Amino acid sequence: MDMLQTLRHLLGPAWLPIWTIVKILLIVLPLMLGVAYLTLAERKVIGWMQIRIGPNRVGPLGLLQPIADGLKLLMKEIIIPTGSNKLLFVIAPIMALMPALAAWAVIPFNAELVLSNANAGLLYILAMTSLGVYGVIIAGWASNSKYAFLGSLRSAAQIVSYEIAMGFALVCVLMASQSLNLGDIVHGQQGRFGLMNWYFIPLFPMLVVYLISGVAETNRAPFDMAEGESEIVAGFHVEYSGMAFALFFLAEYANMYLIAFLTAIMFMGGWLSPVPFIPDSIVWLFAKVAFVLFLFLWFRATFPRYRYDQLMRLGWKVFIPLSIVWVVVVGAWMQTSLWVW
Amino acid sequence: MEKIKDFFKTFLLFELLKGMKLTGRYMFARKITVQFPEEKTPQSPRFRGLHALRRYPSGEERCIGCKLCEAICPALAITIEAAERDDGTRRTTQYDIDLTKCIFCGFCEEACPVDAIVETRMFEYHGEKLGDLYYTKPMLLAVGDQYEQEIARDRAADAKYR
Repeated sequence: MDMLQTLRHLLGPAWLPIWTIVKILLIVLPLMLGVAYLTLAERKVIGWMQIRIGPNRVGPLGLLQPIADGLKLLMKEIIIPTGSNKLLFVIAPIMALMPALAAWAVIPFNAELVLSNANAGLLYILAMTSLGVYGVIIAGWASNSKYAFLGSLRSAAQIVSYEIAMGFALVCVLMASQSLNLGDIVHGQQGRFGLMNWYFIPLFPMLVVYLISGVAETNRAPFDMAEGESEIVAGFHVEYSGMAFALFFLAEYANMYLIAFLTAIMFMGGWLSPVPFIPDSIVWLFAKVAFVLFLFLWFRATFPRYRYDQLMRLGWKVFIPLSIVWVVVVGAWMQTSLWVW
Repeated sequence: MEKIKDFFKTFLLFELLKGMKLTGRYMFARKITVQFPEEKTPQSPRFRGLHALRRYPSGEERCIGCKLCEAICPALAITIEAAERDDGTRRTTQYDIDLTKCIFCGFCEEACPVDAIVETRMFEYHGEKLGDLYYTKPMLLAVGDQYEQEIARDRAADAKYR
């Protein structure tokens, strides 16, 4: 702390931007490392569920596999198709990754650790996660390939449909917490009963809706129609290679982390401890995130891909009515003395 | 009543949870992966791998150049030229198998009246440049010489079923 104070005096007005950049790096670098190891965890977990053992050749227990994969992708040539729109082709992966990282600005890790304690945090998150779809659409269009185009069309329709249900699920959360600030949402779940004070109890249907919409938002199995390797090869990123492809990959997994953090913060009490006698800590947040991420992998190992009309039916005819009804239910519930959260 | 039950089953994601229970259980099941270079799966004596030309114990090559294998080969992988040798017997002057064409059906082995052309258990062979997998007569004979004991043992094990 003393060293930080001296540095602060030394740098004068340059202190704030430099300190902010350091904080951004402190979030982004561990996130990138987490993304790398999530890919390994995914291959391991899916392997185990298919009675295989997964990657185990590179390093002890295959722990260096993500690094080998990253190096390989770095070495590869980025091919830009002749018929493509070159500017958009290059911008698209950046457009996919940028919002996935930008959203982390308002994520609180514990009561003090947050880059920007914005009051409209939830709104900002919604805006950023919606922006991610542009990367996919632009990628599909700029590639000038029919498979990429079909993939991006599917993905666009899918993300837009599920955004609505997701939005309504979040409306329930902000009704319950009376705040758009993610830190306040967690504080709203604090109470004498630990686990029982979290919002997943009154909002359980919304937790399910949010989680499933989250899987659909990140284009993960069983909602990975945008990739659909059996029909449209790899969807929007067929034409991408090397690091450009890796950026899409990073964006997808960074989004998975984001959804997992949001689920943990909004429904499972963030950094709060589930039992009153154990202190709250960031470790709880990471444990909850790990659980949600494991669910993502578990879903992928279990469910076959949805058909497109089924996906639309689920989004429009099940989730949206369900979430609207629950908004009304929560509104009415909060007017009674039965609301204890 | 049944309809209502179905409705609730769908709504509570009953079947999805059942599926997840199954995969969740398999996560802890014993893994069946065979880690190839260190571990190998058991092979049958009928395994059809790399080809070999055999010899009699006297050292005389078995092949009599009848070309039955060439005729039956569905992939047209075998090329044979035969001529009369000085001692008046018919022998092959050229016996080539293009392993890149071969589909390892084992028909050549079945067609052979003198058990000259056989398929061994060898499957870890490779070629480093174009044409390396075009096996000529001396190469096939060399394979036969190298694995003769194993080949003989496998034929003996399978003899009563032929």
